[in-house]
Amino acid sequence: MISTAVREPELRSFTVETRRSGIGGSAERLREVVDSRELLAFLAWRDLTVRYKQSSIGVLWAVLQPLLLAAAFTLFFGKLAGLDAGNVSYALATFVALLPWQLVAFGVFSASGSVVRGQDLVTRVYFPRILIPLAPFAVALVDFFAAFTVALVWVAIASPSLALTIAWVPAFLLLALVTTVGVGCWLAALNVRFRDVQVAVPLLVQLWFFCTPIAYPSSLVPEEWRVAYAVNPMVTAVDGFRAALLGGPHLQLQAVAVSVSVAGALLLTGVGFFWRTEDTIADVV
Amino acid sequence: MPTSSELAVVATNLGKRYRLGESIRHDVARDWLADSAAQLLRRRRTASTRSAPSELWALRGVEFEIVRGDVVGVIGRNGAGKSTLLKILTRVTRPTIGSLRGWGRVGSLLELGTGFHPELTGRENVFLSGAVLGMRRAEIVRKFDRIVEFSGIEHMLDTPVKRYSSGMYVRLGFSVAAHLEPDILVLDEVLAVGDAPFQARCLELVRRLSHEGTTVLLVSHNLNTVTSFCRSGLLLEQGRVTAQGAVSEVARTYTRSLEAAAGQTLDERRDRAGEGRVRVLSAEARGAGGPGSALETGEPAGFGFEVSSSLPGLQCSFTVYDIAGTAVTYFDSAETSPQDVPFDTEIGSSPGSVSCELDELLLLPGRYRLNVALYLDGQLQDHVEAAAFFSVARGTIRGRQVHSGQARGGLQIPHLWRFEHETARHGSAGVR
Repeated sequence: MISTAVREPELRSFTVETRRSGIGGSAERLREVVDSRELLAFLAWRDLTVRYKQSSIGVLWAVLQPLLLAAAFTLFFGKLAGLDAGNVSYALATFVALLPWQLVAFGVFSASGSVVRGQDLVTRVYFPRILIPLAPFAVALVDFFAAFTVALVWVAIASPSLALTIAWVPAFLLLALVTTVGVGCWLAALNVRFRDVQVAVPLLVQLWFFCTPIAYPSSLVPEEWRVAYAVNPMVTAVDGFRAALLGGPHLQLQAVAVSVSVAGALLLTGVGFFWRTEDTIADVV
Repeated sequence: MPTSSELAVVATNLGKRYRLGESIRHDVARDWLADSAAQLLRRRRTASTRSAPSELWALRGVEFEIVRGDVVGVIGRNGAGKSTLLKILTRVTRPTIGSLRGWGRVGSLLELGTGFHPELTGRENVFLSGAVLGMRRAEIVRKFDRIVEFSGIEHMLDTPVKRYSSGMYVRLGFSVAAHLEPDILVLDEVLAVGDAPFQARCLELVRRLSHEGTTVLLVSHNLNTVTSFCRSGLLLEQGRVTAQGAVSEVARTYTRSLEAAAGQTLDERRDRAGEGRVRVLSAEARGAGGPGSALETGEPAGFGFEVSSSLPGLQCSFTVYDIAGTAVTYFDSAETSPQDVPFDTEIGSSPGSVSCELDELLLLPGRYRLNVALYLDGQLQDHVEAAAFFSVARGTIRGRQVHSGQARGGLQIPHLWRFEHETARHGSAGVR
């Protein structure tokens, strides 16, 4: 083998020091994440490839899951309990609400266990560890868009009034994403130390589901409680998403402000907490 | 004093502390809450009653400089801090105090196949592993053909690596890592895996990289590999650098320190490896006169090992090293001979002893040490480096006097000399 390697006389130096903290540390970490975006893409691509490799119906699962869930809710809550979604069918309203929710549920599930599952990598090579909980969101997003396509067709058939409000979809999707990344980072970092998290996450996600207006309309919640209710950012994300696609009541500005602030705080503290623990992950995991 | 453009790695007052049992103790939130509550209460009463957490300094006050292009052997007993040092150098973990500065890209051959996913094909894994190890996409694309050719698994490229044999897996992993073209290459016992041709290939590659100016750090238990391969040595003992310099010097210091430690009874030794279901309690080399007697070249000799239990499936092996750390010969009970007395280990878990008897000791006069390992059904249970030291006195092999000459090897093989006159041979041909 002929080698053509030519070594640069001036090599880039690096320093391994005690843990980095403060604003300077965060700036450095952020720069590393930006530098590693290619690796993030590779990890996301790995998750996508592995997910669909041995599955015969592949991405259809992403559509089937919310469809079947919506069917079950329609039967028990819509028909038997007599819940009403207002101007559209209960089934469609529930299906649409399930889309951002599935993104959150899948994101929280996979992000929270990701670092522990990836400990082989973490204990062998260095790269910004936060890529690990971020990578699963590629799968979550692909699933989301697959189901979203079906939702668009359904909406177009059911209510020909598909309006310009659809332009709001990305905003509410972003709100859901910000919330999930924040919660995912918190749980991923905690799970490294406390394996209880793995056990608690399914319960947490289930409780969260019932605190979010998916199987029921948020109009069930008394007016004076709406702002407190919106402390769960998914209330605004789901209501907004549903309203953007199906029309419906305007969102309360105060509630939106509360949701957005909580989501932002979750993201900042989640990433911050992850970074605080990042340097010792390989020692503890 | 080398200038910074000639340096590859500089460690300044490097220290790494591990809290013992940290990951276990804090595994469950309930315990952590209980701990924190207890600490809070205790702190409120008297701060002094708080017990200090048991901690271990894997590295402490480590200072060294490695010059660019050097080939450095990192030597030390199990638990001396070698792996921790490599982990800091590869940035997997961070030091507790001090800092380490390096120049250029660090590549490691610590574990082959890092980043591989079993469900993905060889082709896909080349990209994934390459990215994880720090290559850009464009770089992997450019090197892809060379990586595949070097691995020699072209025919399996589109098969998931879960169907690979372990040899193929390691070859592909090595090939990706080898093409990282690092400025600082870290190797940790990697040469112990794979078959002989593969190992030769590894060594060849490392030689080539080193020739091109890559700085190489090699960690090995095998002092022989280190001395034959490295120019400099770095000796770590209990987390501190105790010697640095020419590899032969450092190896000698290491051997001397091993010998000093041999005064310790084996029970007290903590620098061992293996599962520990059976341990070596003592090791001894004895001459023809039985326990305690001196060994002599050409005379009968024996090696005895007391073991902590007589579990079935016990195997014992040991390697004899000369004073320079070169392996001289190897004994393994797993390779049986019809004359062996089978190990009677089915009876129980009481302590016992294993012995290996030699009719004729072929070692040349000099000083030796041995490393011993115990296995149960092929699983390593215990491994002790420098478990025993012994001297071999001058003697005769089949009547031939042998002299000390460890520079020329450690063994003498029984032999006969002969001389024949040309004319005699011609003559005998002529008679015919």
